[in-house]
Amino acid sequence: MYKVTSKLKTFAIALMVVGALFTAVGFWAVPSSQAEVQQMIDDDAAAHGGAHGMESNEHGLAEDAHKEAGHVAAPSSEEHATDDAHAGGHDDDHAMHMYHQLQNRPWSAVYIAAFFFFMIGLGSLAFLALQKVSQAGWSPVLFRVMEGISSYILPGGIIMFILLLLSGLHFNHIFVWMEEGVDVLGNENYDAIIAAKTGYLNVPFWLFRAGAFIVGWNLYLWNIRRFGLKQDEAKDGDISWYKKGFKHSAMFLVFFIVTESIMSWDWIMSFDPHWFSTLFGWYVFASMFVSGITTIALVTIFLKSKGYLEFVNDSHIHDLAKFMFGISIFWTYLWFSQFMLIWYANIPEEVTYFVTRIQDYNILFFGMVAINFLFPLLILMNSDFKRVNWFVVTAGLFIIIGHYLDIYVMVMPATVGESWFIGFPEIGSFLFFAGLFIFYIFRTISKTPLIPKGDPFLGESKHFHY
Amino acid sequence: MSTKMIHALYTDDDVLLSAVKQVRDKHYHIEEVFTPFPVHGLEKAMGIADTRLAINAFLYGIVGLCVATAMMNYIMIEDWPQDIGGKPSFSYLENMPAFVPIMFELTVFFAAHLMVITFYMRSRLWPFKKAENPDVRTTDDHFLMEIDTHGADEEEVTKFLYETGAVEIKLIDKEAH
Repeated sequence: MYKVTSKLKTFAIALMVVGALFTAVGFWAVPSSQAEVQQMIDDDAAAHGGAHGMESNEHGLAEDAHKEAGHVAAPSSEEHATDDAHAGGHDDDHAMHMYHQLQNRPWSAVYIAAFFFFMIGLGSLAFLALQKVSQAGWSPVLFRVMEGISSYILPGGIIMFILLLLSGLHFNHIFVWMEEGVDVLGNENYDAIIAAKTGYLNVPFWLFRAGAFIVGWNLYLWNIRRFGLKQDEAKDGDISWYKKGFKHSAMFLVFFIVTESIMSWDWIMSFDPHWFSTLFGWYVFASMFVSGITTIALVTIFLKSKGYLEFVNDSHIHDLAKFMFGISIFWTYLWFSQFMLIWYANIPEEVTYFVTRIQDYNILFFGMVAINFLFPLLILMNSDFKRVNWFVVTAGLFIIIGHYLDIYVMVMPATVGESWFIGFPEIGSFLFFAGLFIFYIFRTISKTPLIPKGDPFLGESKHFHY
Repeated sequence: MSTKMIHALYTDDDVLLSAVKQVRDKHYHIEEVFTPFPVHGLEKAMGIADTRLAINAFLYGIVGLCVATAMMNYIMIEDWPQDIGGKPSFSYLENMPAFVPIMFELTVFFAAHLMVITFYMRSRLWPFKKAENPDVRTTDDHFLMEIDTHGADEEEVTKFLYETGAVEIKLIDKEAH
């Protein structure tokens, strides 16, 4: 049995406290009125001399992706950039636009961090189900670690649902399609494109879907944990609980791939309701899968170093590192497939998604790809390196940070546009949810023995050697 | 120098593995082992150094990537930067996404093919090569260990090999072989 040390508890709680403080600073620092933003812009313009005109042009581009009343087709970016009158006459619009962006920033920061850690739990759960269904001979000694990490989807799912509920109740404006009157003809917020999608994108149905998915995933998690513990107590040769777990895992995987896809449209893609991509669900899945596997590896190495996982050897770590390596490349493949297809065809209504990201998030957008692709590729290619703990941990930390940034550039351009920064609310909410995550998963891991002794593949797993 | 070799035949891979370990403990030199299929752990038991084929493949891959990049940079950007469907051929980087599929494929192509050719060369395999099989049964169900006695007492070695589970032991003249 693992026991959570007070040191780890203190560390997790400290992360939460510091994170909460930083996040609070982020919320407090939001300008309280449009006039204040106007003041900021004027100060900025004074400091930069004639830079203001240029800024406005950039701002015009960002607006393409953002909701703009009455635009049936998004205007091409060129039109905006050359429209000099735009810079002069729309000062008020500009201030209002920026005010909304700054208001969105702390909310988006919390949303990104909440989703990121939730998705680690969900990715780990999908991995666990996959291991059960494929009857993997190497992984049973790690099942309790995977279950522990997956267990975060209960608190994480509740937090996600609360965040979605708050958005639905208009506590924030991070989802532009929820704007009042967006589907009412003649309203100043009217948007024909969004109005045509309200059959799918309406708050009650959207919340219902989210609730149903979270309940469904948690139901499987609860069942598979229960079955595993029952199997531990079963008589020798009785593997009925194991078989039950097998069937549930197979059904879960079918449920998961459908719901995960819809979840990614609902929770991420709907930030850009004018934009759509068919492989988006897979792309988000690859991101959550690789983060989940990486976290499994990191927690395993941590527990092993504390002397709790006696049967885990470097071959198990090697296998996890291979998965990290392979799925990182799979993620890159999907990222590139999405990017290249849209870049190549260059259809205005699709390409704005990447135009805003390349213009306003250039370093972050491409840096994130480098971190998520080049680092795992070069660090984890060598077979010997995959057995060295500190190599795996280094690659793992890069992958975790890289995929946080991945979610960041999925969400932020649509909610805060060019007003982004990685400061108090972003770091704060990341630390807060990291603390909560660590606290919760280690608490779950400490509740059950670390070896699922009833698993029929346990013997093979204990002697696994690559 | 001895001119004699001993061929010891085994019928089971587990017996062969333990025999290899015993022979190594005795410090007799194993010239070669012939098996009908890969025996897991044999190269470790024999103390053979790890293959460097993977390192080769990595380097060949880099060569392939360079070839693809240099080729397309010359053709598409430097030699004749034509406007084809509005693609920006001002610099390699600007038009790179369109080149990635080829860069990827050539990397894989070079890595795979050159590695295979390296393998053939290093293991001396080619179409009209004369087979070096000391005993036809080793392609079916027998395992053969070839030991250079280095002037040790042949009688003694034979006896020792018999104890390791060999089903057949032959003394061979090196020249004749």
